[in-house]
Amino acid sequence: MTVNKWTAAKVARKVINKEELFILDVRNPDAFEDWKIEGHQFEYLNVPYFELLDGVEEILPKLPTDKDVLVVCAKEGSSVMVAEMLSEAGREVAYLEGGMKAWSSYLEPVKVADLENGGELYQFVRLGKGCLSYMVISEGEAAIIDAVRFTDVFTNFANEKGVKIKHVFDTHLHADHISGGRNIAASTGATYYLPPKDATDVVFDYTPLTDGLNVKIGSSQINVNALYSPGHTIGSTSFVVDHQFLLTGDILFIDSIGRPDLAGLAEDWVGDLRETLYSRYRELAEDLLVLPAHFMIIDELNGDGTVAKRLGDLFKENHGLNIEDEAEFRRTVTDNLPPQPNAYEQIRQVNMGKITPDNDEQTEMEIGPNRCAVR
Amino acid sequence: MIKANHQLDAKGFACPMPIVKTKKAITELEEGEVLEVLATDKGSKADLAAWASSVGHQYLGTVEDGDILYHYIRKGSNEPEVEKNFEHTVSLEEIESCNGLILDVREAAEYAFGHIDGAKSIPMGELESRLEELDKEEEIYVICRTGKRSDLAAQLLANNGFTKVYNVLPGMNEWNGNITKEV
Repeated sequence: MTVNKWTAAKVARKVINKEELFILDVRNPDAFEDWKIEGHQFEYLNVPYFELLDGVEEILPKLPTDKDVLVVCAKEGSSVMVAEMLSEAGREVAYLEGGMKAWSSYLEPVKVADLENGGELYQFVRLGKGCLSYMVISEGEAAIIDAVRFTDVFTNFANEKGVKIKHVFDTHLHADHISGGRNIAASTGATYYLPPKDATDVVFDYTPLTDGLNVKIGSSQINVNALYSPGHTIGSTSFVVDHQFLLTGDILFIDSIGRPDLAGLAEDWVGDLRETLYSRYRELAEDLLVLPAHFMIIDELNGDGTVAKRLGDLFKENHGLNIEDEAEFRRTVTDNLPPQPNAYEQIRQVNMGKITPDNDEQTEMEIGPNRCAVR
Repeated sequence: MIKANHQLDAKGFACPMPIVKTKKAITELEEGEVLEVLATDKGSKADLAAWASSVGHQYLGTVEDGDILYHYIRKGSNEPEVEKNFEHTVSLEEIESCNGLILDVREAAEYAFGHIDGAKSIPMGELESRLEELDKEEEIYVICRTGKRSDLAAQLLANNGFTKVYNVLPGMNEWNGNITKEV
């Protein structure tokens, strides 16, 4: 039997198209528990590769023959070994090229909407990590919001579209993933914006992203309008794009809200978070389409692969927007928080420019799920 | 450096090779001996620990030096639990208030990854040749991981004229007090 090699892009299509897939994850159980490839219709079997060194006979009855079987490990090596053993036992299986490392770094660009005069808004879905980045394109120019560190994905995409990247924004100083914003700006000559209140310790030059800042993309009407919305961090800033889209960063997600504790100041920032979610956002048009910087669970993906929902619907459905009692809200976002993201302190240091780890070290830091939300 | 009986160089190998090579190398060891595995694959730490416990070996710990990981694994025993013969025993709780010498007879690597503060290390295999380091007038509390090696060590001491000897049961695997590391 042949051993097939699947790319992360192929697996991404299976997720978005809600197809069936059986995943044999051969990492050790701790790693699997912490983080795996999520799909609406995926089934899983976790048996560490080191328990299969003497043979795969024991797991053969547990593997389906009527659907695709994908063997997954951390970096590929062990999944190739197990896939070959299964192949010798007469099963046709595939392995994931580059393993979970590749899955963590894969970005799927999905078009959110066409804008006026041929403009476009894209969401880059990092399925393996739950990060969402954005590109607004209009009349030969582009703005990028919350870019992850795989900068060539964005620069190549801009080249394919024949547009020049002019503005690069981070809604806040990220703690769960390493920003690509500064590097994109440096390589393209674009302006890099950061909220100054999040940037007090950064060691590089940036352009302050302040409330009310209005940037035009292209020469006509597509604009990106900054709205100060603290709470996840003290500088967190949202964007209203083209009067239709609300980019909420890590303040408001589809099925959860931002957590205020990743810079160590939960008690101080919970009031800001409350004010942003229950006052500032309430003054906005309910028809705005909310586009967050993360998703937490696969159910937050729409049928077309986007992660987006009308603000008015979130006011009705999102639990975090419906806690009337302020004391209860305070408890919800400061007590019983989920574990903090892997290496979040170090990641903040990288995003401040204080440390510059190599690519492998950056990969290690970003291992695991993002945990920026509280439900 | 931590003392080991055998060394395996798996530097430069990616997963699954560090485990595959360790599995093969450990067959060459006697039960109770310690294997030192050099690796550069960061993932080898969690995987070796999980693999060792799944097959009955004892993962002692890992020391990181620059890019190199030094893993220590003690080969497990397949033999059934033997009865302990030495009659003078004390419990772990009791030794906290005792004044004599705690003698740790586990392998040097086991000792290095965690021992009771002040305990003296003489691995079981070296005990007979190092008796002169011990004082016959002093109370000696012999400890190992589970009480098996310390039982044999206590008998050896008694046979050599030591009279104030006690086997500490069960052993370091159930010690919840402070430990000192030398790694």
